[in-house]
Amino acid sequence: MSKELIDAMVNMREQEAVDLVKKMMDKGEDPMKILGACKDAMDAVGKRFEKGEFFLPELILAGEIVRQISEILKPKLTGEFKTKRLGKVVIGTVKGDIHDIGKDVVVFMLDVNGFEVLDLGIDVPPQKFVEAVKDFQPAVVGLSGFLTLAFDAMKETVEAITKAGLRAKVKIMIGGGQIDDEVRKYAGADAYGSDAMEAVSLTKGWIGGA
Amino acid sequence: MAKTGEELYNERKKRVQDAIALRVPDRVPIWFQDASFFPAKYTGITFREAMYDSDKVFAAYKKTFLDFEPDIFFNPGHALHTPGDALDAVRCKQVILPGQGIPVNHSFQFVEAEYMKAEEYDEFINDPTGFTICKYLPRVYETMKPLQNIPPITGLLLGYFGMPLSAGFALPEIASALGSFYNAGIIVQKHQAKAVAFVKEMADLGFPLACGAITLAPFDLIGDTLRGLRGILLDMYRCPDKLLAAIDKVTPLMIGLALAQAKASGVPGVFIPLHKGSDGFMSLEQFAKFYWPSLKKLMLTLIDEGLTPCPFFEGDHTQRLEYLADLPKGKILGFFDSTDIYKAKEIIGKTMCMSGFMPLSLLQTGTPEKVKAYAKELIDVLGKDGGYIMGPKSAMDEANPELVKVWFDFTKEYGVYR
Repeated sequence: MSKELIDAMVNMREQEAVDLVKKMMDKGEDPMKILGACKDAMDAVGKRFEKGEFFLPELILAGEIVRQISEILKPKLTGEFKTKRLGKVVIGTVKGDIHDIGKDVVVFMLDVNGFEVLDLGIDVPPQKFVEAVKDFQPAVVGLSGFLTLAFDAMKETVEAITKAGLRAKVKIMIGGGQIDDEVRKYAGADAYGSDAMEAVSLTKGWIGGA
Repeated sequence: MAKTGEELYNERKKRVQDAIALRVPDRVPIWFQDASFFPAKYTGITFREAMYDSDKVFAAYKKTFLDFEPDIFFNPGHALHTPGDALDAVRCKQVILPGQGIPVNHSFQFVEAEYMKAEEYDEFINDPTGFTICKYLPRVYETMKPLQNIPPITGLLLGYFGMPLSAGFALPEIASALGSFYNAGIIVQKHQAKAVAFVKEMADLGFPLACGAITLAPFDLIGDTLRGLRGILLDMYRCPDKLLAAIDKVTPLMIGLALAQAKASGVPGVFIPLHKGSDGFMSLEQFAKFYWPSLKKLMLTLIDEGLTPCPFFEGDHTQRLEYLADLPKGKILGFFDSTDIYKAKEIIGKTMCMSGFMPLSLLQTGTPEKVKAYAKELIDVLGKDGGYIMGPKSAMDEANPELVKVWFDFTKEYGVYR
């Protein structure tokens, strides 16, 4: 039934996927196995997004299906679902900017590509990035911003990381609305990406991963 | 001898009209598009003052226009700069204003939320006016909350038998809610009177106004202000028929809104900022099904009424160019952001006048050489045989005035058609 579940999830048949999980649980299926199927389904969704077959509606709906399935599984889960992680990324929308869509897509894509992502949210002050670099010890930091005020906020964030003596420990990528190579130079970042797939390939380039 | 304001006005208007009609003008026109907070930055007032002090914002715009001499302009009075104190008077939850949780020199930001729930589609479709008054206003404006309890307005259709319903309106909290709306309205009226005077003064000084109306693509109306992005994208799967019915319902409303404003202003340009249909947001099939038909209908109706739709194709619309190519020739001024300039010229260059494309990154962090080099490329590629108006990719909040000057001067010099 795992195969049916994956098929229902990848083809966006929300109700069918949820019903299937309920049925599997009634039959005493191992919730860990169901979670594994969910992960496979999300990987496939990510692949289709990379190929330009899926867009925001599918990412959001897939996330919504997983959320509902997790709710069903939660009471029966004993351990934590462990999956092999390639490396760590800290990401956030820079100070002063409250836009989240682009950042959320990048988080989703990094996650399905096997990276452990710490999402700091929106309007994140430079100091919060610094602390996250210290505590979480990522190899990559992603700065997102939609408004032009993000240019300066990105620059300040990179400077704060440098000032804390952490610049050599991380690669910094930026992206969003009006971000391009000019802004990368201005902010002192290592790279910019024009979409979520570029964020994934930059991260893979720095951390490794198939 | 210096040209009179009238001469300048006619010269610039012709230049822009030629560009829109795809005739070759004397030179590539240039403007700020939505100058947004650039005039505030340039003249040294805070972004907060620009939103709270009508006199200061219009003075800032005037100085900016006189110094840079754009060929057309966007009226700061009607689009972004709804006076902050009017929004405060109704305690608007949909925007964060400069100086209220964000610095005084930051642009305001839109707070998207689910102001209509998925299960409320039928209610909205059956009675959009009732929904607006009893559900929408109370959710968006804190002071309007009491309106959720007013008696059903259609009960008044009972004629004099409906009169007892008036008792339900005669409550202190309803009076206070309507009073806050009245207070906001008075502030907006004062601002608008100044805006009208500003437009007149600018016309006398030689600057024609680009747009006299603003409306939204029907999909964006539902997505931006009612369901939110997440909500509307889920609806595409969960209740596509209801979403399409709601889009059908609001399409004539968006048309009517534009017609009424255009009539009042006497200016044919209708600004239509597009938000949720660009490449990456949804597939081409989804665009063709959910986004495009109602937007196309809106634009075609405006054109039939003698107006000029000015859609802002925010983000990248390269994959949508074939659809855009289907629109009537020489009747639309499209603002563009990250769409591929070569494909744009190739696919819609013979049918739609384009504005925009100038990177804000260059105008904010670049050098004079880079600004000139990119402006040259835009003029060479998009300006070839007319049909291009130089403008920025998006709102110019933080541009560097020195680079903007370089950009204007270069365009006026290099952009001459010989």
